[in-house]
Amino acid sequence: MITAERKPLSEIKEMIAPYKKILVAGCGSCVAECASGGEKEVGLLASALRMDAKMEGRKIEVNEITLDRQCVYEFIDQLTGLVGQFDVILSLGCGAGVQALADVFAGVIILPALNTAFIGQTKEAGLWIENCRACGDCKLGYFAAVCPITRCAKGLFNGPCGGSKDGKCETDPDAPCAWQLIIERLDKAGRLDLLQNVYPPADWSKQQGKGPRKIHREDQSI
Amino acid sequence: MKTDSRLKRVLEKGHFAVTAECGPPKGADPKVIKSKGKILKGFVDSVNVTDNQTGVVRLSSLAACVLLKKEGLDPVLQMTTRDRNRIALQSDILGASALGIRNVLCLSGDHQSFGNQPQAKGVFDVDSVQLVQLVRQMRDNGVILGGDKLSEPPRLFIGAVANPFADPFAYRAIRLGKKVAAGAEFIQTQCIYNLTRFNEWMDKVRDLGLDEKVYILGGITPLKSARMAEFMSKQVAGMDVPDEIINRMKSVPAREQRQEGIKIAIETIQALKEARGVHGVHIMAIEWEEAVPQLIEAAKLFPRPQV
Repeated sequence: MITAERKPLSEIKEMIAPYKKILVAGCGSCVAECASGGEKEVGLLASALRMDAKMEGRKIEVNEITLDRQCVYEFIDQLTGLVGQFDVILSLGCGAGVQALADVFAGVIILPALNTAFIGQTKEAGLWIENCRACGDCKLGYFAAVCPITRCAKGLFNGPCGGSKDGKCETDPDAPCAWQLIIERLDKAGRLDLLQNVYPPADWSKQQGKGPRKIHREDQSI
Repeated sequence: MKTDSRLKRVLEKGHFAVTAECGPPKGADPKVIKSKGKILKGFVDSVNVTDNQTGVVRLSSLAACVLLKKEGLDPVLQMTTRDRNRIALQSDILGASALGIRNVLCLSGDHQSFGNQPQAKGVFDVDSVQLVQLVRQMRDNGVILGGDKLSEPPRLFIGAVANPFADPFAYRAIRLGKKVAAGAEFIQTQCIYNLTRFNEWMDKVRDLGLDEKVYILGGITPLKSARMAEFMSKQVAGMDVPDEIINRMKSVPAREQRQEGIKIAIETIQALKEARGVHGVHIMAIEWEEAVPQLIEAAKLFPRPQV
């Protein structure tokens, strides 16, 4: 999933300061799973904004809505006819959601309430870890399903570096050394032979491309 | 053709090589480099210049190498993959060769989070093994990544590093094998304080026959104090300073600790001279270059051979 964290209330307040009628729009997908932008978080943020305005003696109107997905037109369409009633849409979607809303409703002010973080996994309740950088050229098959680009601090294809100690990364004593994991898993799988290979440099054009990437499939077009 | 790399000539003639490290200053003053060069000249075969080590901004490694070359030393250009992508790395390799630098040491580099620019973007476009391979292809095949021909290949003796003390230990010799397969011709190791562990690593290196394919220079850092020994043991990643060494440093009064550190270094050098498959030492006297001549004389590595 795409993970995100809510911006501090002070930053959100500063962004919405010029506006009176605010629609807080959540997203029921990834950011709901990581408890930053779902229906519950929409309610919490809207209440906080209302209470804050009341305490400071300001008059604002805050409404709430949560779309199933903010990044897909058929769900965004729910907002058609509604957005005109507000000065601003405060989106609790990821960066893709915020931009998709702005793309559909040209001329409407859409502001982000989240900091989008990474593609990750729910490791345990309340703990999310990054494990994919969307490089566009997956090599997990060679590395025992541990991504060295994401999980090695130096992104080494031919690791580990000299800073691995007791199975931990030198940059963070809580983070396992990705290469320690790779070697242990390959050993268990009887595939240590894969470690003999000198892996060539990555093709970053598949990640960075010529600007933003796109996938266009004729078979999916209507 | 006689190579311009003094380091290569010394090693090929079968001499026990001596290199030392020279850290550039945190400023634009060339005098610091020149004076460090003057201290080391004649006592070492070649001088490594670190590349913004520990992620701290310093005078550039390439510029310092040129300054040392003008002083009559044979510099080893350390190049990390932390700060430059493949375009910049290959460009600097060509530039270094054009400026008369004849040795390069390929590393990934200390992570930027340790230095004074922790908000920097770590590049790591290629890793150290890939850098070794690409320099080797530039030199031997006259091509850059992607296959474009060079009008003139760089002339460089190619080195890499090894840390016999980091985890996972069993894999360390195999990783050295990868660096050799990628094209490394000489290896400089992490500082050796734990000789038992180093010898275990060398056993594996010899079992793989790597000591016959690559020149190995053992890393030496003379300890200045018991506090430094403790700091390196606890705070520096990938460093193995056994309690025995720390206690030995503690056992002498503070003002004699530097001399004790030199003694330990001499004993380590003697042990490395005896070890089969070790072809030299690399002395990293951190901001203590003036200790190097004394150490080299005491370890009976002076005078250096005429090659």
